[in-house]
Amino acid sequence: MNKIQNNKAWFLVLPVFLLVAFSAIIPLMTVVNYSVQDIFDQNNAYFVGVEWYRDVLTDPRLQASLGRQFIYSATVLSIEVPLGIAVALMMPTKGWSASLCLILLALPLLIPWNVVGTIWQIFARSDIGLLGYVVNGIGIDYNYTSSPVDAWITVVLMDVWHWTSLIALLCYSGLRAIPDAYYQAAKIDRASDWSIFRFIQFPKLKGVLIIGVLLRFMDSFMIYTEPFVLTGGGPGNSTTFLSQTLTKMAIGQFDIGPAAAFSIVYFLIVLLVSWLFFTSITHLDKDKVKEQTYD
Amino acid sequence: MTNNKRFGITAYSVFVLLPIYWLINMSFKSNEEILGTFSLWPNDFTIANYLVIFTDPTWYNGYFNSVYYVVLNSIITLVVALPAAYAFSRYKFIGDKHLFFWLLSNRMAPPAVFLLPFFQLYSSVGLFDTHIAVALAHCLFSVPLAVWILEGFMSAVPREIDETAYIDGYSFPRFFIRIFLPLISSGIGVTVFFSFMFSWVELLLARTLTSVEAKPIAAIMTRTIGASGVDWGVLAAAGVLTIIPGVLVIYFVRNHVAKGFALGRV
Amino acid sequence: MAEIHLKGLAHSYIGNPQINSDYAIHEMNHVWQQGGAYALLGPSGCGKSTLLNLISGLIKPSHGSVLFDGVEVNDVSTQDRNIAQVFQFPVIYDSMTVYDNLAFPLRNMHVAKDKIDAKVREVANTLDLMSILNRKANNLSADQKQKISMGRGLVRDDVSAILFDEPLTVIDPNLKWKLRRQLKQIHERYNITMVYVTHDQLEASTFADKIALMYEGKIVQFGTPRELFENPNHTFVGYFIGSPGMNFIGLNKAIDNNTDEFTFDGMQFPLSSAQKKVLANSDSSNLKVGIRPEFIQLSNTDHPESLACNVIHTEDLGTYKIVSVQLGEQTLKVRLGEDQQSPSSKAHITFPQQWVKIYIDEYLVDLQGDSEHE
Repeated sequence: MNKIQNNKAWFLVLPVFLLVAFSAIIPLMTVVNYSVQDIFDQNNAYFVGVEWYRDVLTDPRLQASLGRQFIYSATVLSIEVPLGIAVALMMPTKGWSASLCLILLALPLLIPWNVVGTIWQIFARSDIGLLGYVVNGIGIDYNYTSSPVDAWITVVLMDVWHWTSLIALLCYSGLRAIPDAYYQAAKIDRASDWSIFRFIQFPKLKGVLIIGVLLRFMDSFMIYTEPFVLTGGGPGNSTTFLSQTLTKMAIGQFDIGPAAAFSIVYFLIVLLVSWLFFTSITHLDKDKVKEQTYD
Repeated sequence: MTNNKRFGITAYSVFVLLPIYWLINMSFKSNEEILGTFSLWPNDFTIANYLVIFTDPTWYNGYFNSVYYVVLNSIITLVVALPAAYAFSRYKFIGDKHLFFWLLSNRMAPPAVFLLPFFQLYSSVGLFDTHIAVALAHCLFSVPLAVWILEGFMSAVPREIDETAYIDGYSFPRFFIRIFLPLISSGIGVTVFFSFMFSWVELLLARTLTSVEAKPIAAIMTRTIGASGVDWGVLAAAGVLTIIPGVLVIYFVRNHVAKGFALGRV
Repeated sequence: MAEIHLKGLAHSYIGNPQINSDYAIHEMNHVWQQGGAYALLGPSGCGKSTLLNLISGLIKPSHGSVLFDGVEVNDVSTQDRNIAQVFQFPVIYDSMTVYDNLAFPLRNMHVAKDKIDAKVREVANTLDLMSILNRKANNLSADQKQKISMGRGLVRDDVSAILFDEPLTVIDPNLKWKLRRQLKQIHERYNITMVYVTHDQLEASTFADKIALMYEGKIVQFGTPRELFENPNHTFVGYFIGSPGMNFIGLNKAIDNNTDEFTFDGMQFPLSSAQKKVLANSDSSNLKVGIRPEFIQLSNTDHPESLACNVIHTEDLGTYKIVSVQLGEQTLKVRLGEDQQSPSSKAHITFPQQWVKIYIDEYLVDLQGDSEHE
């Protein structure tokens, strides 16, 4: 659409701007403020420059947590994206079964995150949970509270259960947008199922997938509640990810300075990766715009 | 539908439903039965756990609190996002692209980063432990998403419709409410869905900003470790009850879900 | 190459069709000869896309059968019928180059590489695509994309028929003629049966040897463009073909059945005795005469057999004029050449008898022989 130049539009945007600014800029300024000061009490605060940042970036605890976080995000993404695409391809396209599938798929997305943690906490226990009981019953030693490997598997499994639906739903709507004629033409061209996926469906899914991967990366990188409820970060530190480390620092230990510095670093990492994705989305849009002018 | 597909989607559906079923199963058992025997369905079917929740104010208030701030959040989000989305859709203005990206970047902010500052901010303005505090805090994340979604739907409505309305003598508010909003009704449905979805499920901020008055159900559930260990039955029942609003919401907007996830951006 | 025979073919989208309106295609028998260029013309919703899909196999008929060279193909899939279909909007594989797009069907059939190359280049040449052969398909203009769609149908040797479903819809008007010409060239070169669905009569007339005009699920006339113009055998054909369409006047039999008079709005319509006889023999009350605007004569002076009328409006369209006249309660359109003078307010209108067509119950009564029912 051709937009009209009109700076009075700022009035329409003002409420949003004020609201978000209130919730974002002021706290952020506070955090930056804390990150460069050593605060003893109300009246004793010293400017310490980037000392906290140095501390934070060299803290082995944090580095370990960051490492775990990257591995976690990479793992869940590499499972959820292909699985989500596969589920979207398998879903029925019309009728009551389609509605039923949509409702089922959306269900995990609407459960409070702590309840997700609780569900899996129960489900994976060997004494009262179906999964734990059955797995131990067939002879595999499985205990997520004592074994780090089992804890990781359970946490990843929980995330896959929780969030694959997002990718699946995004891809489903992307697939619905493909006109029937493409499938008919492919049939006429005697294309195999794999060719249909490779040349028709996947190209059309690229847009939705970028959104999906971006959202999943961001959210998995910021994850807190579900693993916290399920394992509490343990056993030991094995499933303690970035958000939990930060929260412990900020609320638990009241190390405000380092916590603030860490917050800024955390935010910047997420921002950087997201910016990379954002520019590739707008790059896609630009290609689309070019196409319009030819048509 | 081929048999492979049917098998696949059924298997995945079972995967999704199994843990939920297990929770429901547990909610109808007494703690003795849970810890004593292992069974696929309740041997001694009991609704005692649910009764605890329905009769104990700390429990059911938790639900009311959660619903209250979620609804508040959805309303505030819609009210501020609609004009903003309209502006982004129809006009170019100084800093529009930067503003848009800045808004989206807030969605990318880790909630943990805001814990301490929010705590201090809302305390200092006397809003600690209120529903409005949680609703506003959630706005930080739901408003950018709402603006993004609504802008997509609004851009699909040609500007000629606006211009025709003005020629026909409509004032802007009247045009917006009587003509424009009905055209993007599915967009509004989707926005409400996403606002609800985010606000209902979020725990960290909701717990940090509340203590007694506005404590959400999620926070109450995370504190059910009593002297005799975890009250599994009641915990399970509480969990089941938190799933129900989600099911209702998704049932009502099921037709818009597929459209909405496309976000007009694909 | 194939001769396509539609035998007792009817189709309903509803499971248990009860009444006529449940049917998208009413029972028809029709033969498309091998190698012909045909147009399937009609207004929106008349069933032409349905018919096309029945022929191509994308829809299975609910009644009757489709035969290719005498063999029933109801249960044969589209690809096995060796049909190529071009859709309203270009259907191309965005991620491939133009070359790969054209080669795709042949690669799926595991044809030898050098044969693929030869065939792709041949088709690209015919369609004027050689210059963009190595470009990615998704950044091209609509007409180039549509040509690729057509090309994919042509690369296969075993194609028995190509079906086009309003293929020029997305093309810019100033490029349409070019593509139409190319389609004609393709037909002449490859001699494949082609069926072209459109709602535009100009496209149909320029492309097709014979036009099948459809209305409400039936083929109401099948003939050359000229036949449809001069002898429309259904009032709908008269109305649809021509610019503007045929004029129709409903006739009433005079109350006194002894005299052979046919009137409208109190005026008597001049008819030949043969025409009057046919009308008199009919029991129906739906009697119409039709005459094309091109054949009505207007003059300022009175003639025997002419009727007085009022000129309402004249549209000057450059090479011709359209004059609207009021005759009784009827509004008629007359088409005059640019050299002909248009009368100002009052005029006298004459209907040359050889161009007056008689329609009983909407169907033409041919006075030379039997009625032309389809």
